[in-house]
Amino acid sequence: MTTIDPAAAPDYGVSASYRTCRFTGLRIEANAEILIKVNAVAAVLFLALGGLMGLLVALTRWPAIQLLDAEWFYLILTGHGANVLLFWIIFFEIAVLYFASAVILGARLATPKIAWLAFILMVVGAVMANYAVLRGDSTVMFTSYPPMMASQWFYLSLIIFAVGALLAVFVFFGTLVVAKSENTYDGSVPLVTFGAITAAIIAVFTLASGAIILIPTWLWSLGLISNIDSLMYKVVWWGMGHSSQQINVSAHVAIWYAIGAMVVGAKPLSEKVSRTAFLMYILFLQLASAHHILAEPGMSSTWKIVNTSYMMYLAVMGSMIHGLTVPGSIEAAQRRNGFTRGAFEWLTKAPWGNPAFSGMFLSLVMFGFIGGISGVVLGTEQLNVLMHNTIYVPGHFHGTVVAGTTLAFMAMTYLVVPLIFQRDIVWPGLAKWQPFLFGIGAGGISLFMMGAGTLGVSRRHWDLALTDAAHAFEYPAAAYLMMALNGIFAVIAAVGGILFILIVVLSILGGTRLDRAGARLNFPLHDRSREVAEYGSHGTLKLPGTIILVGIFFACFVLYYFVNWKYLSELWLFR
Amino acid sequence: MAITPPSNRLWWKEPIHAIELGWIVIAFLWGLFMFFFMIAWHFIGEQNLSSETYKIRPERYQEKVEAFADEFAAKDDQGNPIEEDGVPVVRPPAGADVYILARLWEFWPILELKRNESYRIHLSSADWQHGFSLQPTNINISVHPGYEHVITLTPTESGEFGIICNEFCGLGHHTMTGRIRVVD
Ligand code: HEM
Ligand SMILES: [Cu+2]
Ligand SMILES: [Cu+2]
Repeated sequence: MTTIDPAAAPDYGVSASYRTCRFTGLRIEANAEILIKVNAVAAVLFLALGGLMGLLVALTRWPAIQLLDAEWFYLILTGHGANVLLFWIIFFEIAVLYFASAVILGARLATPKIAWLAFILMVVGAVMANYAVLRGDSTVMFTSYPPMMASQWFYLSLIIFAVGALLAVFVFFGTLVVAKSENTYDGSVPLVTFGAITAAIIAVFTLASGAIILIPTWLWSLGLISNIDSLMYKVVWWGMGHSSQQINVSAHVAIWYAIGAMVVGAKPLSEKVSRTAFLMYILFLQLASAHHILAEPGMSSTWKIVNTSYMMYLAVMGSMIHGLTVPGSIEAAQRRNGFTRGAFEWLTKAPWGNPAFSGMFLSLVMFGFIGGISGVVLGTEQLNVLMHNTIYVPGHFHGTVVAGTTLAFMAMTYLVVPLIFQRDIVWPGLAKWQPFLFGIGAGGISLFMMGAGTLGVSRRHWDLALTDAAHAFEYPAAAYLMMALNGIFAVIAAVGGILFILIVVLSILGGTRLDRAGARLNFPLHDRSREVAEYGSHGTLKLPGTIILVGIFFACFVLYYFVNWKYLSELWLFR
Repeated sequence: MAITPPSNRLWWKEPIHAIELGWIVIAFLWGLFMFFFMIAWHFIGEQNLSSETYKIRPERYQEKVEAFADEFAAKDDQGNPIEEDGVPVVRPPAGADVYILARLWEFWPILELKRNESYRIHLSSADWQHGFSLQPTNINISVHPGYEHVITLTPTESGEFGIICNEFCGLGHHTMTGRIRVVD
């Protein structure tokens, strides 16, 4: 295989300064390094803030505790959505984009000044949004559906944040151009970079939809526009809201591949298949905003079917392909590493003690089983009526964006800290358990919110008992149980989250320095000198473990899909 | 490796693993099946959300709901209107156009329907967006101001049913409920 040989690299004549990573051999440029650092740190800080808000929300929805009063509950819930879904995720994604371009390609970051401007705009936007929410006059949830109106600062803050993010995406594209023109790599871009390119292309589309809808809404909040159509808003807003989830998926799938490569030496089974699967995300998601509009008036069934099926579920197919090729490439690599006994020795003897690996694999499994399956069911035209706007919906997306994306990003952080910050992970004994704690917590809240939603519990709702309601109604006792279990698993997730923040912050501030000769990692990377295979499936024709895993996945998928049709067929009749 | 350029410059000429190919075929066929099943349900299923929708000014919709409630108000033996929680109970005949008004923070009025009879239920909002969540049946539909959504609904069970608002609609969101009673 071709590796980048720093000694043979051409002289660029540009005043960029590089160092060579002693663990990976990657060439890392100083500007790229500092910008990855600041974006990652901002991400983690917003995760800390937003995660704390998530805990407060979950403790309020635990009926026996009902921690906050109604006004604070809705306020904190608005803050939770914005801080975690927008700020944590997008700051981290920018760090990932810079990593996947500059670091992986061994190039300098294009236009570092603009990258700084982007970062500053994003920070200003994120801080301003928190200010607007905490003032108390923007309790509209992060979706801010009109005619409910937030203060002008709320919309303005999101616009500023989005402009910053868009600039950062252009810096990423610029870096690709720089890498190409300065010949820092040989042949095609690596798969991880390819995945990042997918994410970035989707990001441009997403941020454009965001601008199209948020700018008029901002003008409306200033009184310059008299009316925003509530249905039109939802359609365009979800053009941003849904596609941005596809950015997350592309980014975390790229991370799955990256961690597989760095920790066990995995290679894609075939570049062609994995790249095509990424491409499907770009080609087939634009209209998927429709699955947020299934229970709205005024949209025809044809429009809903064509759009929810993502042109025949081709984007889902992309994810299903990664769902095979990621574990498949790990199985193939582990078999090459000598773990060949039975169907599963490759998995049982995998480096489960390395939080980068365990976080990545848990993310893969839970994203598929919890987030993926529930997402397809929720996005089916008729089935949507069963759970639209119930707490099943947050259950589903905590499976995708928390158990999936957030856990994958946490896992990646265990590599970013040693490789970019050059500090070793502190508390290795605890760090080993962190992905399991957070993963079990996140998986639990997803499942129990889904369970409660199946029993009809409403999302974004302060009072399950409906004490002051216009007309009394009682939810079944099982719903109370589900919400209490949700609270318990929220505490577990919060413990895992706090542990993550502490480990990361303490490692950055006081971890063993790795920029010295002879430094060793607490969680070692795969030894690359053992590379032999030409491509991932080379020489390993059988992947029995992966076949069994995807077989189980498919059986669960089909079963759960039909269970929901059965449930639907028992409802009152409507047409 | 996934973080280095493909070792084979002509990577697109590499063979595809049989397992990958098999899985791609399965995923594609399953996607096709799910696609056609949605269409099929419009013919074989009895739960398909109507898309019949009219634009209407919220004030005008409110008038229609009030006229409806007056016309079919339920009366007791003395001819006095029946109320529950201070809200009139309305008893429309089978097949009638039935109006529900979502507003801050109630679903108005209370309906009394007959089991296994069909009604044309009109849904719209007087102010913000609301969520019509019929419980424990679990039918969930969004309600917008300015759009009158008409659904032909046939209750198949009798008893008391709650309508819970499941779209955030401000500070009183968790107090917003309504009621439908179904009699045999
Ligand atoms: C300790 C971790 C977390 C806990 C305990 C938690 C818990 C919750 C709960 C209970 C809800 C409220 C559901 C409702 O009443 O409608 C919620 C909403 C939400 N959560 Fe989390 N969450 C956590 C982390 C995250 C993360 C990391 C993300 C994103 C990456 C996230 C994204 C969201 C979003 C977007 C909402 C919806 C807000 C809305 O309805 O406007 N959460 N969360
Ligand atoms: Cu409401
Ligand atoms: Cu409401």
